[in-house]
Amino acid sequence: MSAVEVLGKTLEVDADGNLANRADWTEDIAKEFARMEGIEELTDRHWLVINFMRKVFDEKGDAPSIRRLTKESGVDTKELYSLFPKGPAKKAAKIAGLPKPKGCI
Amino acid sequence: MADAIEKVSIIVSKGSLEGVYPALIMANGARMEGIEADLFFTFFGMDGIIKKRMNNLKVATVGNPGMHMPTVIGALPGMSAFATKMMSKKMDELDIPPVGEFIEMIHDAGGELYACKASVDMFGLTMEDFCPQVEDIISVGQFYERSVNAKIIFT
Repeated sequence: MSAVEVLGKTLEVDADGNLANRADWTEDIAKEFARMEGIEELTDRHWLVINFMRKVFDEKGDAPSIRRLTKESGVDTKELYSLFPKGPAKKAAKIAGLPKPKGCI
Repeated sequence: MADAIEKVSIIVSKGSLEGVYPALIMANGARMEGIEADLFFTFFGMDGIIKKRMNNLKVATVGNPGMHMPTVIGALPGMSAFATKMMSKKMDELDIPPVGEFIEMIHDAGGELYACKASVDMFGLTMEDFCPQVEDIISVGQFYERSVNAKIIFT
């Protein structure tokens, strides 16, 4: 298990660099993780996706698939890829303080 | 660490349900990882992008040892439709969309779809026959040009 330094705190991360402990997550930490992923500012649309992911994870124990994101978050596929370039599910999960999604879709 | 894959060019040559889906899952999965993806549909694989056929693909129950059923049983009327229905239900539970929706998702995610010129000429098709997500009809040469530095996957 490795660790990253964020906002003066040392946080444990898993092999993918995602937060190991959900309890460590705060909105400010989300913003820092977003910057690390090349997203300078989190807009309301980003937050809609992030909060949806957190909600689904709480219910199901895994982050939602791209299909569920597209169908149920209120943000369509095209916008997902423009909000989170190069891999929306993976990046949004990291910013949301969740492990990388396990599903293939 | 070896260089990460930056692009995949996936050739779809079979038109059965189990022929088309793996390619779509791999293309979508590539985009999810930030990898560029081209899909090149050739021969019967074109059924996956022909408007009239794409949402009616069937599982092959004859000549498919993976089905673990005798050929004569697989050939019974309705067997392919039945196997397709069972599989589609399972796929829906796993959040795997129907072909048309899946292709729309891949296209919206930035994946690009092409039809093979030789096959199009052979079957007497035009762009009109294809779903709107198909970018163009291209030759094998153009396919290779597009695939520079890509991993080519034949399915």
